[in-house]
Amino acid sequence: MTPLRLLGGFLPVIAVVLIIGIGGDFGSRVYGLLAGVLFVLIAGTLRWFTTRYRIDSDRVELRSGLLFRSARSIPRDRIRTVDVTAGLVHRIFRLSVLKIGTGERSDGGESRELTLDAIAASEADRVRQRLLDPSGAGRDHETVAPAAEVLAALRWSWLRFAPLTVSSLVALGAVGGAFAQLVNDVGAEAVDVGKVGQRLTTAPLWLGVTVLTVVILLVALVGSVLVFIEAWWGFRLVREPGGTLRIRRGLLTTRSVSLEERRLRGVAVVESLLLRAGRGARTVAVATGLGGHQGHGRGNLLPPAPTTEAHRVSGVVLAEMPSPTSTLLHRHPRAALRRRLVRAAVPVLATAVALWFAPVPAWAMWLTLVLLLPVTVLLAVDAYRNLGHALTSHYLVTRHGAGIRATVALQRSGVIGWTVSQSLFQRRLDLVTVTATTAAGHGAYAIIDVSTSAGLAVARQAVPELLDPFLQHEVVVPGTH
Amino acid sequence: MNRPQIDPGTTEVLRLRPPRHRVSSRAIIWWTTQAALEVAAVVIPLGIAAIVWGTALPWLVPGTGVVAAIGLAYLLVMPRWRFRVHRWETTDHAVYTAQGWINQEWRVAPMSRIQTVDTERGPLQQLFGLATVTVTTASAAGALRLVGLDRAVADDLVAQLTETTQATRGDAT
Repeated sequence: MTPLRLLGGFLPVIAVVLIIGIGGDFGSRVYGLLAGVLFVLIAGTLRWFTTRYRIDSDRVELRSGLLFRSARSIPRDRIRTVDVTAGLVHRIFRLSVLKIGTGERSDGGESRELTLDAIAASEADRVRQRLLDPSGAGRDHETVAPAAEVLAALRWSWLRFAPLTVSSLVALGAVGGAFAQLVNDVGAEAVDVGKVGQRLTTAPLWLGVTVLTVVILLVALVGSVLVFIEAWWGFRLVREPGGTLRIRRGLLTTRSVSLEERRLRGVAVVESLLLRAGRGARTVAVATGLGGHQGHGRGNLLPPAPTTEAHRVSGVVLAEMPSPTSTLLHRHPRAALRRRLVRAAVPVLATAVALWFAPVPAWAMWLTLVLLLPVTVLLAVDAYRNLGHALTSHYLVTRHGAGIRATVALQRSGVIGWTVSQSLFQRRLDLVTVTATTAAGHGAYAIIDVSTSAGLAVARQAVPELLDPFLQHEVVVPGTH
Repeated sequence: MNRPQIDPGTTEVLRLRPPRHRVSSRAIIWWTTQAALEVAAVVIPLGIAAIVWGTALPWLVPGTGVVAAIGLAYLLVMPRWRFRVHRWETTDHAVYTAQGWINQEWRVAPMSRIQTVDTERGPLQQLFGLATVTVTTASAAGALRLVGLDRAVADDLVAQLTETTQATRGDAT
């Protein structure tokens, strides 16, 4: 397998050599190429022969290389995640890639991982279970795994959310961009098939724009549905004995992500503007040791699904019903709305003023005001309405976001510090931003623009005794403030 | 905690009290020096440009004057304002800091969650006998920075923090 993979990696080089050639006639090119292929195959085979892994009671070791030897080992108590993925080629040979993550961030920000590439699929599953279930360390391999509890499974009606996700649009954009780049690179004169281009340029402008928009939307629709199906086919979220959450999904490339429940510090329900319009949401785990900023999507507990389902899964995962994420939240003071409106209006008005004095027609200014101002003001109002916070018996719940709204439920025992910040404008409005720091997820979750007193009260109550010594009570007589 | 009696018609509000200790007063000189270097880096090239092209671009001279005035105000106001805000305090259970000037920030980290305590002394800080102590927790966002401490105070603080955090065990997450 390894040789094949390496060969795959060299395919572009081979193609380039074949096409451009290093000089000489075609015959010598082919011989050179064969030598190259042989070299890659031998190198790959050697690598396969020299790669060994070992798992003993307290560490996992990986050794490889003949000329350049490398050995890596990870203490087993540092292991945070064990992922199993298998691409198409791997699946043909019944192989899997096992990634063991420690969640440690090296200087580059990348999580340090130990990758066991191309081990037998059945073996990968056994290794995964052994690594995650410490009690099963010395257990016999043949023991049948006890039944797992299914927390959520894919429903095909969720496919309706596929076109509403930004990630699918981004993926599509990337593909489109790459294609355009390719066309550019090859230097192809865009061939005008069926004189479409000519007809478009001679047709009225509105018709051209409409046709183009419809085509782009159709491609986006189909593309996002395909991306959704590939990513979430056979999705299942289960709770395995031993306290592990496991997500399995994927049509062509199968993925399995395992997350220890004792690393879980909370859950976020994320609703983008589009998803909200369709009453959909995603559920993301807030856990330590996921590595990277978002843990490369490892924290995704659910595909885009109905909001009620997202909250239900949050509750089930946190073993708390009803879910803290669907708690009724306290609204923030009107002053927070004022801040948002000012921040929405000032840049637009400044642009308008600049346009007024700039050597452009006057309608440019009016257009900016008429088109941009309503949008930013609506977003500001939305951002204000999204603000909220609450405290349940075990969770601190906070919600914010303009456009993308995230409701985060963070374990109160997972809060490892507080940051209270106040800008000049906040000070004048008696507002603060109270941020709970945690080892999990983004590292900090904020209650934005809350009144100073209320914000401090929540922080004090959420983590008993931490903030008390630094607080004082002040009596405010109305009219003196 | 005893609460004061509340008269009818008044409201009781919670406030953060400032941490107990100020940073070293030499921090004012340090911040001023830093600010002076920053301002000089902008004003000197502008001044040279004004001398060279002053006749061709007449707005360069007053422009430079305005920038220099703003810079001067900044290096007079900022260090003193900062000195009033920057404060720190440790208790048996927590570290508490305040920092900033226009925008201010208060941070609290419990002793039991502290992971590392670093000291850092740049060339200017060495010159003025100052040190910066950084206290990190397991959070990617929760580090506390105590800037402009007297060097001896910083050393004592680091020793004390190291001792306290070693006494409390756990992986601090």
